[in-house]
Amino acid sequence: MSVKTLKIDNKDIAIEEGATILQAAQENGIPIPTLCHLEGVTDVGACRLCLVEIKGTNRLLPACVTEVAEGMEIQTNTEKLQEYRKMTVELLFSEGNHICAVCVANGNCELQDVAIQVGMDHTRFTYRFPDRGVDMSHELFGIDHNRCILCTRCVRVCDEIEGAHVWDVAMRGAACYIVSGLNQPWGEVDACTSCGKCVDACPTGSIFRKGETTAEKERDRAKLEFLVNAREKHQWTR
Amino acid sequence: MDLADLLEIAETQRTKQKPTRVHCCTSTGCRAARSLEVLHNLKSATEAAGLQDQVEVVGVGCSGFCGRGPLVEIDPKNVLYEEVKPEDAASIIDTLKGGTATATQGDLNHPFFSRQLKIVRQHSGKLDPESIEEYIAVGGYRSLYKALYEMSPAEVVEEITKSGLRGRGGGGYPTGLKWATVAKMPGDQKYVICNGDEGDPGAFMDRSVLESDPHLVLEGMAIAGYAVGANHGFIYVRAEYPLAIQRLQKAIQQAKKYGLLGSQIFDSHFDFKVDIRIGAGAFVCGEETALIQSIEGGRGNPRTRPPYPAQSGLWECPTLINNVESFANITAIIREGSEWYASIGTEKSKGTKIFALTGKIRNNGLIEVPMGITLREIVEEMGGGVPDGEVKAVQTGGPSGGCIPASLLDTPVDYDSLMAIGSMMGSGGMVVMDQTTNMVEVAQFYMEFCRGESCGKCIPCRAGTVQLYGMLTRLLKKQATQADLEKLKDLCYMVKETSLCGLGMSAPNPVLSTLRYFTEEYEALLQPPAYLNGKVTAGSVENSEL
Repeated sequence: MSVKTLKIDNKDIAIEEGATILQAAQENGIPIPTLCHLEGVTDVGACRLCLVEIKGTNRLLPACVTEVAEGMEIQTNTEKLQEYRKMTVELLFSEGNHICAVCVANGNCELQDVAIQVGMDHTRFTYRFPDRGVDMSHELFGIDHNRCILCTRCVRVCDEIEGAHVWDVAMRGAACYIVSGLNQPWGEVDACTSCGKCVDACPTGSIFRKGETTAEKERDRAKLEFLVNAREKHQWTR
Repeated sequence: MDLADLLEIAETQRTKQKPTRVHCCTSTGCRAARSLEVLHNLKSATEAAGLQDQVEVVGVGCSGFCGRGPLVEIDPKNVLYEEVKPEDAASIIDTLKGGTATATQGDLNHPFFSRQLKIVRQHSGKLDPESIEEYIAVGGYRSLYKALYEMSPAEVVEEITKSGLRGRGGGGYPTGLKWATVAKMPGDQKYVICNGDEGDPGAFMDRSVLESDPHLVLEGMAIAGYAVGANHGFIYVRAEYPLAIQRLQKAIQQAKKYGLLGSQIFDSHFDFKVDIRIGAGAFVCGEETALIQSIEGGRGNPRTRPPYPAQSGLWECPTLINNVESFANITAIIREGSEWYASIGTEKSKGTKIFALTGKIRNNGLIEVPMGITLREIVEEMGGGVPDGEVKAVQTGGPSGGCIPASLLDTPVDYDSLMAIGSMMGSGGMVVMDQTTNMVEVAQFYMEFCRGESCGKCIPCRAGTVQLYGMLTRLLKKQATQADLEKLKDLCYMVKETSLCGLGMSAPNPVLSTLRYFTEEYEALLQPPAYLNGKVTAGSVENSEL
């Protein structure tokens, strides 16, 4: 395996071939905000938060799916990127009902973390206050579609790690929502193994354990990575 | 089937043809105006007049002048009748015996016709699209034979490269380069895809090509398959084009029967089969990676590029994906040579382009013009200008394009000139607007379209287009201030630069181009800031307006 050398934010970096810019940055302590990226499942480049500037191309490219190349010069935190990231988070906050004070994920929410990371303190866009419904039909879990940011982590975790493919995306554009089974109530989907991986994967308070309070809410994302490593690399200890 | 067989079919067909042919358009547009009844009446009138031995009435594809359909043309008399009603049929047949027709006669010397240069549409409106023999009679499938027996795959790619053909789907990517990339990719399994998912408001060029000359597209695809080393092609057509689908199905069957598609084409070692895939009608499925996902049976979501389809496309195999019109240019390039093709058009945009000329204009319809012709020549000479008043703007490129003001009508129509003035070639929609058009409403219309057609995968496009639409609506309701206008611009640039695929990246173009050329219309709608007039700010307007 060969090694590529490149510059991220003017810092010289050496990383193995095939790694993504995001991996290279994380390994070197350079923070790039992400929401749809989750260790262990495929990347989709959908949240657009990890966009970076690369010298020689006028397009912004997502760090999570762009492979490193020899001699790349990457900027992860220019003024333009900061502004666009802030707007992206603002758009997310105006799209759903993200009212932290009454959310089970308060204090344990990646959307909240990202908002703090990019310095978003209010949204300039009109709140849409959608009425998307809550599905509490599952015995153990619930999904509040109003808090969903459509990162599709649950879809990918369920499909790629659990192998059940309970979740998918229905409709298009602003009408998109996460659908369980063949658009059935979650509790009626036979394919669901109640493994809870989607709960661990969800970055917000959208998918939660029933009866869990804010104080109890904790996620075990390392479990997902552990499962992938166990399967692929036969590492059986955490 | 070998060359002798092909020539024999052509010869038989030519000798079978009667001296006079009456062409009646049977494409979708004219059908809507009862052209099938016209065709039926023309046939029975011919019988009634006892002319069936000398006169053949043929249902043909689109001849272009859609705004005045149904069209009936008499060949070789070169007479065209417009807006023909079923009851006019008998009198038209009567003219062959010296009578006079009750239908209006069109002027074939009008610039609408005389300024055109037809390569792709050369046989449109002259052939029965449901007859492979008619296509063979005018030289069809000869280019495929020539490619297979007189050229190596590399020579075919070279020929396309030298012709200077660029993607007619709108992006303008050099076709030869795309072909060369796929050809050079390793791997036994490769695919060719024809993108017939035309969805721009106001555009119907691809539909017309598929309906009028399906074999032209199939032959182009087969040549592409030979050139890049693919043995399987898919043609993706949206379900809203039932006639195009039906004619393609028929064409594929006929070509298979003659051994022009399928195994061992022209008794060579080259196999190429074509399957049709019907799209359920999502604008985003015209984006190549979304289209590929759709063919694979998945949700039509685009994915990030690279890797490009040429490297990893359908089922992760190298895939060549071109637009209908691009494929329709191939046979002519192989037949006449790249030098001939490259002599047409401008330095960087070769050949011709079909436009669907619509809107506030006298002559609506399809035109095929050499690149480099100015917008003014198209709109004023060929289109005959606006019926009452003057041209205000021309919208090109559909939702991805922009509005070009009348002051820039002398811009030549080519990829780079249009891009330089904030619009684009697009797939070829050209909507003319007059002085009564409100440009902010136009921007709102296109934004509404993009908002509805966004796949929802990435946030800038999914949520950004909704907010942009809301901002434009508030502007039109006179509820916005200068600060809102600045916010509108900022969000436009954000959506343009951060979206995942071409739909999102180009969605703000109609807003940006109207803002650039018609700023005063936006400014006229602005209200003084809230603190000056005591009114509420735009932010508190009801949610339902989004």
